[in-house]
Amino acid sequence: MLKNRVQPKTAVGVRERSDSPGIRGMSGGKALSMLSKGLTYVFMTALAVPFVFPVYWMFVTALKPLRDVFANPPQMWPTDPEWLNFLVPFQTGPFLRQFFNSTYIAATSTIGILIVGSLAGYAFARIRFRGRNLIFLAILAGMLIPAEVTIVPLYRLIDTFGWIDSHLALIVPAIFGAPVVLSIFLMRQFFLSMPIELEQAARIDGLGRWGIFRRVAIPLARAPLAALGILAFLSSWNDFLEPLVFLRSRELWTVPLALQSFIDPASGVPIWNVQSAAMTLSVAPVLIVFMFAQKQFIQGIAGTGIK
Amino acid sequence: MASASADVGVADRRPRSPDKPVSSRLARIDARYGYLFVAPALIGFMVFVAVPLIGVFYFSLHDYNSLSGQFDPVGLGNYETLLPSATFRTVMRNTLVFSLGVIPGNIILGMVLALLMNQKLPAIGIFRAAYFVPAVISLVAWSLVWEHLLQTSGGVNGWLAAIGITGPAWLNDSFWSMAAVILVQVLKNVGVSAVLLLAALQDVPEEIMEASVLDGAGALQRFWLIVRPLISPTLLMVAILATINSLKAFAQIFLLTDGGPGYSTTVLGYYIYERAFKAFQLGYASTAAVILFAIILSLTLLQWWSRKRWVHVEE
Repeated sequence: MLKNRVQPKTAVGVRERSDSPGIRGMSGGKALSMLSKGLTYVFMTALAVPFVFPVYWMFVTALKPLRDVFANPPQMWPTDPEWLNFLVPFQTGPFLRQFFNSTYIAATSTIGILIVGSLAGYAFARIRFRGRNLIFLAILAGMLIPAEVTIVPLYRLIDTFGWIDSHLALIVPAIFGAPVVLSIFLMRQFFLSMPIELEQAARIDGLGRWGIFRRVAIPLARAPLAALGILAFLSSWNDFLEPLVFLRSRELWTVPLALQSFIDPASGVPIWNVQSAAMTLSVAPVLIVFMFAQKQFIQGIAGTGIK
Repeated sequence: MASASADVGVADRRPRSPDKPVSSRLARIDARYGYLFVAPALIGFMVFVAVPLIGVFYFSLHDYNSLSGQFDPVGLGNYETLLPSATFRTVMRNTLVFSLGVIPGNIILGMVLALLMNQKLPAIGIFRAAYFVPAVISLVAWSLVWEHLLQTSGGVNGWLAAIGITGPAWLNDSFWSMAAVILVQVLKNVGVSAVLLLAALQDVPEEIMEASVLDGAGALQRFWLIVRPLISPTLLMVAILATINSLKAFAQIFLLTDGGPGYSTTVLGYYIYERAFKAFQLGYASTAAVILFAIILSLTLLQWWSRKRWVHVEE
């Protein structure tokens, strides 16, 4: 849907807008257009600052001694970088454990979401059964309900299951509840567009429904599964409300909960440099993967328009 | 990119697929697979979506306090108390102000970014990635770094001071704290809007644009008269997404301002949490949640309705 290379069909008047309107056809237009290109880059770079600079600020704050985090004028680079600050989160709390918690919760939820989502998405697209559209519509309506709406009864439900302060409270509702709905919807869209001839050929080869799903449909669905997988992993990894409500013990916390816990108990103020170190460590893996799988990230997140 | 409303019922309109099983016995077996494949999702939906949704309506009809253990039916009492209360009016006004900041911010800035990214320039991909960075990292990290930057003695005010401006106490001032949470929210999500709008821009047929250039349309005219109507379904979708995201805003408020100072940044999403898990008034929290649900439901229906009209205009 999103073309990786921006196609030459600009025309939308962007360039013209940053140019003066009379440039076209002027003699010496080349130099002018170079200039306007340069100005466009300057403008785009300036616009990028509030998007990217905060990430740099996390990193550089992590390297500062606490007394310098509010230095005036603000320090763009510490006089004496304290690289050991990156170890403090691990020494003062179970940050490693929390990192592991987030990773395995996100991985488990993602695998579950992809399985449940592709099974249901396939059935809604390809198998004929009574009540199919009704069931699909009902489940789809679940997509409209933000977590904030159902958090109170969900809390009661999780409490009834005995899952308060347990990772099951995060994993099971993610796999079977609202987060999977989007996957069902998008997998159904994908399977609707899959050529039927492939299934017919597989059927002639003697494959049953399960075989067709497993050996024909799923291998063809790698691209949407990758995009959805990234989305599911990120939503779980970045989730805040549910862990905040369901988890109690520090050892069971996920990374987002840990990030807001580096507080000086006496003053109630964040220990900014340590907090920034933990933040940097938590966003670094995501950003590194993002650099390599930009297309899948953008399709995963924007393809669904969520977050 | 298709939103939920797009293709409901498409399956019905498709021609009967040629894979229709030859006998009804085979069809029955196939249908059984259908139910089997859908079962995990359906059961999960019942337990984790449908039951809690019924639950929230039910709880909203009760005086329900998780601290005292009180659980008494009060009919519509919670609604009667909550809706006219000064606090709730403030919350609704904040929600409106927040949305009115976030939605145009998202659409206008998103449109500017999309137009910029739609240029045929070397290394444009780097900029697309840059604008998308906040959408990738966690809202918690994003909010916390801005909390640091926006402290009264923080980076933003430091740089403002360098050019001779005395910055406000961003997070402790009832006006600027709202501006701050709007800014943080817009920057977090606008990259997604921009990418959606970019995809729509790239679907605008080149011939139309060329023809309009020949007809002598200026850049702004072309954007307003030709491009804008063509991408209006995407614009609408972006608007709806921004609205829902701003209505349910929670983590950024929790981390940046705790709804304060006073109630000045308490929006509906945060208010539900605050009532339920700080004040332990689950009944009021559920009532507020029902109202949030009602707002989102009406907006979605509005979207379906206007999408139909838009599609009509397109044809």
